[in-house]
Amino acid sequence: MEEEAKNNETMESAAESKPAPVLHVAPGPHLQDTNITTRRMMVDVLIGLAPVVVAASIIFRQYAWQQLGLCVGTCCLTEAICSAIRRKPIPILDFSAVITGVILALSLPWNMPVFVPIIGSAVAIVVGKVIFGGLGQNIFNPAMVGRAFVMLSFAGAVGAPAYVQHLDKMPWLESVHAAPSQTLIAANADDHIDATSNATPMTAWKESNRSTMLSALFLGNTIGSLGETSALACLIGGVFLCLRKTASWQIPTGMLIAVAVIAGIANLCDSGAAWTLLHELLGGAVLFGAFFIATDPVTSPITPKGKFIFGLGVGVFVMIIRLLSVYPEGVMFAVLLMNAVTPLINRWTVPKPLGAK
Amino acid sequence: MTRTATTFSGEGTFPHGVHPPERKGLAADAAIEVLPTPAQVNIPLLQHVGATCVSIVKPKQELTLGERIADSEAFISAPIHAGINGTAGMQSVATLPNGRHVPAVPIKAAEEQPTAEEIFKDVLGGDWPTRGLEQYAPEKIVEAAKTAGLVGQGGAAFPTHVKLKYNPEKPIDTILLNGCECEPYLTADYRMMVETPAPIITGALLAARACSAKRVLIAVEDNKPLAVDTLQQAAKGTDVRVVVLKTKYPQGGEKQTIFAALGRIVPQGGLPLDVGVVVINVGTAAALARAVLRGKPLTHRVICVTGAGIVKPKNLLAPIGASYRDLIDYCGGLKPTATRVIAGGPMMGFTLGNLDTPVTKGTSGVTVLTEEDTRRPAETNCVRCGRCVDACPMHLVPTRIALASRGKDWDLAKKYHITSCVECGCCAYVCPASLPLVQLIRMGKAQMPRE
Repeated sequence: MEEEAKNNETMESAAESKPAPVLHVAPGPHLQDTNITTRRMMVDVLIGLAPVVVAASIIFRQYAWQQLGLCVGTCCLTEAICSAIRRKPIPILDFSAVITGVILALSLPWNMPVFVPIIGSAVAIVVGKVIFGGLGQNIFNPAMVGRAFVMLSFAGAVGAPAYVQHLDKMPWLESVHAAPSQTLIAANADDHIDATSNATPMTAWKESNRSTMLSALFLGNTIGSLGETSALACLIGGVFLCLRKTASWQIPTGMLIAVAVIAGIANLCDSGAAWTLLHELLGGAVLFGAFFIATDPVTSPITPKGKFIFGLGVGVFVMIIRLLSVYPEGVMFAVLLMNAVTPLINRWTVPKPLGAK
Repeated sequence: MTRTATTFSGEGTFPHGVHPPERKGLAADAAIEVLPTPAQVNIPLLQHVGATCVSIVKPKQELTLGERIADSEAFISAPIHAGINGTAGMQSVATLPNGRHVPAVPIKAAEEQPTAEEIFKDVLGGDWPTRGLEQYAPEKIVEAAKTAGLVGQGGAAFPTHVKLKYNPEKPIDTILLNGCECEPYLTADYRMMVETPAPIITGALLAARACSAKRVLIAVEDNKPLAVDTLQQAAKGTDVRVVVLKTKYPQGGEKQTIFAALGRIVPQGGLPLDVGVVVINVGTAAALARAVLRGKPLTHRVICVTGAGIVKPKNLLAPIGASYRDLIDYCGGLKPTATRVIAGGPMMGFTLGNLDTPVTKGTSGVTVLTEEDTRRPAETNCVRCGRCVDACPMHLVPTRIALASRGKDWDLAKKYHITSCVECGCCAYVCPASLPLVQLIRMGKAQMPRE
């Protein structure tokens, strides 16, 4: 703000001996809500992510921390280097690079060669954010840009097989008995499936029609990406973010409605399936994506109506990918696709001013 | 103190808006005091929306309190009167808080001045009948408002006679008195409602007569229960009713008050007239009563001097043309911590660079803020969080308009309805990135090429 110091306003009556106050001239409003700053919003997101991080470290222990450390460290370092190159002040303290790192780490499998999270993080910051001009300027969610890059580049390390290799390293992960689909029960009543040792719940269902117990999906003792397994943790952190208004409630609401409606229709078409609407909602990255990825304010629309449409769109794409594509999960692509149409949604949803016809 | 719930069709509030800290306590209990007549006043010849007045006095001319000193032929204008007894000086130029340079007539105070009691009794005290007002014909009331130089005292200073003039094409059914005083800190209207509700009620009834409105409402925010109670007592036996609105900024914005109290939406670019409503400030109503019943012009007004940077916050009845320095000195002066002296409230007021600036008919207060009050976090890029969208009472997208204004992209600014902005400042208040949103929009509105 342009503040000009105004010199020597003298006072006569009360404070003759005291120094005269220096008065400033500035345009109004002269008050500001200092409870909420960009940095405070970022801290909110980190607080909201805390339950997810806790769940990940209970489920995956040191592997979760290794992944988080690599991603957050690389993101911050990359941001610092880029800022130095651009001769800008190093904005580590705005925490946005930390958030990108945490979200990227939580969206990756637990076991990967060390170079994968490092490359992913560097790409997330450089291609996802810095080349657009830094915080607030990017079109795509940086963490998802990084993840898409490593997933397509290192399909073996990040794709479905990555989740199940070397599971013997995590002996504490109790095998989770999946409830087989109704049709399977009829055929083979004793067919209990050890979900953790076979595949992620999403892959198990996609490839071999094996369902996972809802309680496991809810609490998170399955395998999967670090942050996505526990629906409970995502809900706790997500509701916090929405109550703080750091995440706009319209986005998760729209997304969950779209997923529920499409999953409900799919359920009705295949009434015997053991993979129900609730499995679709609790399984995979739907909740993590709805509350932490899609709600990135920079890459989502600005008006309440636009946010809801954005959420609906993400949900629809998630279900299209889940039901019709070869991928078991589609949150990442769904978010990136909707990021691309965000400017269009903004243009469609310019609100009508009060009193306009 | 009783809290009264509204039973009117309005919801008692409006969508969006913000809740800045109220800080009314600083001056809320300070009874109205009369400012001792200053040694000199400087009376600007443009204190209202409309045409600038032309001085009709000569230097060294003796003037008495209430004497007309400037007038204009234009319909949208209001004559200006001497606020003290004294001698006119050479016409000079005064810079108003909004930066406008306007001609001004200085008046040097004479020895003989009415006492404080006389001034108070003349302006706000004495009897204010609520019956027998039929003897005043509507045209006479409008004429009295014009002759007395009445303008809206809420801040915008629109000439009152223009509002009240009967327009057969746009009949008025409701007079809405605005006692919301939604700006933080300010308590001038509050003190008037609590101490002297009688002239407010009488003025409301006269305004209703002037434009043949059937219904008279006084809108007050629910953070002023004592004012609600006092007004209800004073309005007993009349048709005036008090509507209690929720405390929210900008509840006192004309369009917001109308929506909150009546559920009506003023069309874009329209006036309250278009929905059958005339909104006047409670202070204006009291001045109208004085003009009609006593034939006295608008020479004094209640001004709240408040804020953490003032030694003794007070509510003062001051002559128009007194300098801000006069008011501040009477309130003990500025504290050493003071950093901003604001003409008006902290949300929409203008900072003063020169304390010798005169107060005008539209000055509702002086807010003195300290460094602590005005501290702002460093500006960051817009993260498109949409908080400004959720705060904007006009349902705009402030960040888009502001950034379009910054880049001088007038097409984009217009597409996002820049002209609908009422400059309330809610967007800049809530912005987590500390962007000067309303400031940029204001700049855009000023720089935009006119069509």
